[in-house]
Amino acid sequence: MDLVLNPLAAVGRGVLGACRTVGNAALFALEAVSHLFRPPFYGRLFLKAFFEIAYFSLPVVALTAVFTGMVLVLQSYTGFARFNATGAVANLVVLSITRELGPVLAGLMVAGRISASFAAEIGTMRVTDQIDALTTLSTNPMKYLVAPRLLAGALAMPLLVLVADVLGVMGGWLIATLKLGFVSATYLKATFDFLQFDDVFSGLVKASVFGFIVALMGTWCGYNSKGGAQGVGGATTTAVVTSSILILALDYVLTEMFFAQ
Amino acid sequence: MSGLAPRDATEASLLAAAHGVPKIRMRGVKKAFAGKVVLDGVDLDVPAQSSMVILGGSGSGKSVTIKSILGLVQPDEGVIEIDGVNVLTLPRRDREALGDRIGMLFQNGALFDSLPVWENVCFKLLAQNRITRAKARDRAAEVLAQVGLAASVGDLSPSELSGGMQKRVALARAIAAKPDIIFFDEPTTGLDPIMGAVIDGLIVDCVKKLGATAVSITHDMASARRIGDAAAMIFKGKIVWEGPAATLGHSGNAMVDQFANGEREGPIQMELRR
Repeated sequence: MDLVLNPLAAVGRGVLGACRTVGNAALFALEAVSHLFRPPFYGRLFLKAFFEIAYFSLPVVALTAVFTGMVLVLQSYTGFARFNATGAVANLVVLSITRELGPVLAGLMVAGRISASFAAEIGTMRVTDQIDALTTLSTNPMKYLVAPRLLAGALAMPLLVLVADVLGVMGGWLIATLKLGFVSATYLKATFDFLQFDDVFSGLVKASVFGFIVALMGTWCGYNSKGGAQGVGGATTTAVVTSSILILALDYVLTEMFFAQ
Repeated sequence: MSGLAPRDATEASLLAAAHGVPKIRMRGVKKAFAGKVVLDGVDLDVPAQSSMVILGGSGSGKSVTIKSILGLVQPDEGVIEIDGVNVLTLPRRDREALGDRIGMLFQNGALFDSLPVWENVCFKLLAQNRITRAKARDRAAEVLAQVGLAASVGDLSPSELSGGMQKRVALARAIAAKPDIIFFDEPTTGLDPIMGAVIDGLIVDCVKKLGATAVSITHDMASARRIGDAAAMIFKGKIVWEGPAATLGHSGNAMVDQFANGEREGPIQMELRR
């Protein structure tokens, strides 16, 4: 009987543990968000986090977007040529980039940079008593460390994705015209004719959610890190892995919401 | 009075002192972490404007005692009063306001790496908008001078400072907002004996100058005798002795004397962990 029940008990414990973790993260997020509406406000910290996310992530996001656009054109051209449908390449590229690849790939890139950075910084503050020091200095750590980063994540990511959208499409245009013989004006016309506001808007909404998730996982894992260097290292890894998985999972949920009909 | 808001603090403090109420009073404070009892009914009185040193081996509950008073740890049971007000039952806002009256020097300094020294020193004043950034620089220079550091140190990053300088900056940060209770967590750990004595001297001077009440935890007996008026020993989560700090080592209590003299044999059973 034990042989049957033990694995079930393990699964049950795992599920309960996962529920507890999700609940804790949700409460953490709620508390941090509530601080955004109550003074004092730390504008300098918000700007610093915003700059760190939007400016310093720009090169990696830009490179990712350009190469993705380039590859996408090559792959879709090869596939569409089998059906004599190469004229749809521009449409496919702009739709894929704005709806999916821009927000998701930028989100994953930023997850690697920012989640890790936030988790390491806040985790180090935790294990060196700096967070306790904040409390003794009459400063709420959630308000000071977490709330500005969450806001910065939610607002900076759409800007990055906007840049990624433009560069991704341009990367595709570059290969289409230079390598595959498309006429530049025709390719661009097809791109802009097919592009709809909803496509870009849904991508930007996704970006905002992903930015929030990246900042949330980074701050949450860092805030709850324990032990010394090993604990901070573990928190950093968990932050990157969790935020990446959540981006992919939420991408499906948001896509379902926007385009289910 | 709803609690210990800053404007009420002086009044409450004077009133309490006039009635002979201890500045800090702990009764039956208990705390366990994951079933492991760390505080097992701590009773302790710290008179106003005195300097109390809490002694005890590693894991005996010293840090948790201080963290409980500071509100960093919520005790499971018991009463912690400051100026006669039970801080454990205070509303959150009043509890946070209590922090305005408290300074803390952490064992490793706990200076904020991302801020220059002057912002570290005046962090509380800046965070509460009690001072402009321009004036904070002047105030930081003033407090740094009090702990024997040049004003130019204010522009450095904490990582550029030696261990002794970091302790001085941490002390400057603890006293910058002129608190009336200051906690010192192992203030001389990691310092050479001369620098330890210097830091002790600064602690004694600063506490006297502010007229503050000080609570320190330390393993360093020389330091304990220098900075403490009174001492208490905590063992297995309970206060087992209280007396003058000057008598440490010849107090007549076998446990205290074994600990103070660093003797291997005695009533304290050291648990060697593998």
